[in-house]
Amino acid sequence: MPVMTMRDALNLALKEELARDKSVFLMGEEVAEYQGAYKVTRGLLEEFGPKRVIDTPITELGFAGLGVGAAMAGLRPIVEFMTFNFSILATDQIINSAAKMRYMSGGQFKIPIVFRGPGGSAYQVSSQHSQALESWYAYFPGLKVVMPSTPADAKGLLKSAIRDDDPVIFIEQERMYGMKGEVPEDDDFTIPLGVGEVKREGTDATIIARSLMVPTALLAAEQLEKEGISCEVIDPRTIRPLDIRLIVESVKKTNRAVVAEESHPFASVGAEISAEIAEHAFDYLDAPVKRVSGADVPMPYAKNLEQLAIPDVAHIVAAVKEVSYV
Amino acid sequence: MSSQPTERSSRSKNLPAGSAGVLDRPEEPAAQLNEDRDTLVNIFQQMLLIRRFEEKCAESYSLGKIGGFCHLYIGQEAVGVGAISALRPDDYVLTSYREHGQAIAKGISPDAVMAELYGKAGGCSHGKGGSMHLFDADVNFLGGHAIVGGQIPLATGVAFASKYQETDRVTLCFFGEAAVNQGAFHESLNMAQLWKLPCIYICENNMYGMGTSLKRAMSVQDVASKACAYEIASESVDGMDVMKMREATQRAIKRAREESLPTLIEARTYRYMGHSMSDPGNYRTRAEIEKYQERDPIKIFTKTLNDNKILSDKDIAEIEAQVKEEVEKAVRFADESPLPDPKELYTDIYASPIS
Repeated sequence: MPVMTMRDALNLALKEELARDKSVFLMGEEVAEYQGAYKVTRGLLEEFGPKRVIDTPITELGFAGLGVGAAMAGLRPIVEFMTFNFSILATDQIINSAAKMRYMSGGQFKIPIVFRGPGGSAYQVSSQHSQALESWYAYFPGLKVVMPSTPADAKGLLKSAIRDDDPVIFIEQERMYGMKGEVPEDDDFTIPLGVGEVKREGTDATIIARSLMVPTALLAAEQLEKEGISCEVIDPRTIRPLDIRLIVESVKKTNRAVVAEESHPFASVGAEISAEIAEHAFDYLDAPVKRVSGADVPMPYAKNLEQLAIPDVAHIVAAVKEVSYV
Repeated sequence: MSSQPTERSSRSKNLPAGSAGVLDRPEEPAAQLNEDRDTLVNIFQQMLLIRRFEEKCAESYSLGKIGGFCHLYIGQEAVGVGAISALRPDDYVLTSYREHGQAIAKGISPDAVMAELYGKAGGCSHGKGGSMHLFDADVNFLGGHAIVGGQIPLATGVAFASKYQETDRVTLCFFGEAAVNQGAFHESLNMAQLWKLPCIYICENNMYGMGTSLKRAMSVQDVASKACAYEIASESVDGMDVMKMREATQRAIKRAREESLPTLIEARTYRYMGHSMSDPGNYRTRAEIEKYQERDPIKIFTKTLNDNKILSDKDIAEIEAQVKEEVEKAVRFADESPLPDPKELYTDIYASPIS
């Protein structure tokens, strides 16, 4: 199996799906001639031409809505936000149009659209360019939210998202584009949405992590293993719909849960996962669920402050020890 | 890409202070009746049907049969009917929340529209959309959108799809003049001209965004002139004259179908009722409303048809009776239609649900 970066795995998924279905097109800022601000779309203009790989003006509300309209009329748009920070301008179209169109039309329209791009923390770009927005989108029925943590997952999940008939928010972690891993070459390799994965098996505590927090949790688990604590690391991969059964089964086995996430703690996806664990596995818990979150502050610029704002291995190790009473 | 020649309004950019309505336009000769009798009668009948339908909605709303917000189209019938009458069945319409009339004009049955307003299973959106979200995929009526200006990027995307699919279908996008102040309008017009999309933007300028008059909300009140910023062809039309609306739309359709170019049409019109049924309309005078009612689109067209011996008084009375029966039938249908099954609460959220 070839080893490639997350960036190249995403690129491969886009390329394969553009080749597979002519109703798929890609649009966004700098996706074509510039080859993508993060080079995820490199080579696609050359291969598929300007009809299907389209540079947009900087007009997020406009092109997000245009994508939804195109989906209503039978196309399968992939809309790239240069970063999800800019999707904030497009939320009216994502939430009020994409998420609700099927329901409010009594099931007459499907909206097969993918909104994708990098999100989460970036490197020293301060508050407006470095934030986790998944809890916003996961809040809305009608949307699906996906956050891959490995190159293989990125490829398989993006292909599923493009083939899915519902609007999918696909958040790639900005710091993970260069991360390498084995990626299946098979054109039909997909990973179903809504299915999580055990990234590491363990017996003493469950760490539920997504996106950048998955490799962080795996490092924490390695360290804890040396100290005699065996951690299971669960990556739901899809935030909505959430594979809560996988999480609950693991917690029932380990009796302890830590939820790690980059986002702010208040009303976060981690808060939801904690609540669901409490609802479905309360009697199995030997300690309260512990959350490890990004600091509840706008992201600072200074490197030392930024480091303090993002959960790291030490935070997760400490949390696991806390729920293990060691 | 070279820019296309455009038609622009020759009027000054700033209209006289006080009012920018259809009454301030110089008197123009009425549109010629170049159409066959069936077309003319059909247009007349639709306008009358919509008027009576909306009057019935007001009554049903007062009786508590229609809930939520209910925005009536009375006074503006010529805009929707004239424009939509110029379309082919496979062309698309997207519009705002004041859309009962346009939905009927595009071919949704009054029964299905009324049942939707009644929140019934037989409604065109199966009771899940209500007054502001009428949809019917079979007649290419793509909603009923309730965030001001939200339908403008959507319509632009539908037009984008038609071009992508190499069809010659066109998209009509209706919105009120208050939507012109939204970024969505400007973002859409920019893309429509940049990518040469067959989208026809019809601004129904009824001079009030809810209770705020145009002159209190728009720095440059000549809506048609805004197309100049994007070199989009535009014209301002007497929206109380149904044939002028039809002809302006035909010109825009030709441009869209043959050259794949957008158009902005500003239809100068007036709504007689409040913004919605809950609006007492204290921001304007009875005298102002009556002044516009003298230019009533149905009254004008009735006279034109009568003067031209297309319809006799007897014909008109017959059409009135027929329309009345059609509206009564819609009410009966809505009354008798069942409520949505409680199970419907959890359907239609996802096309590919994951258990």
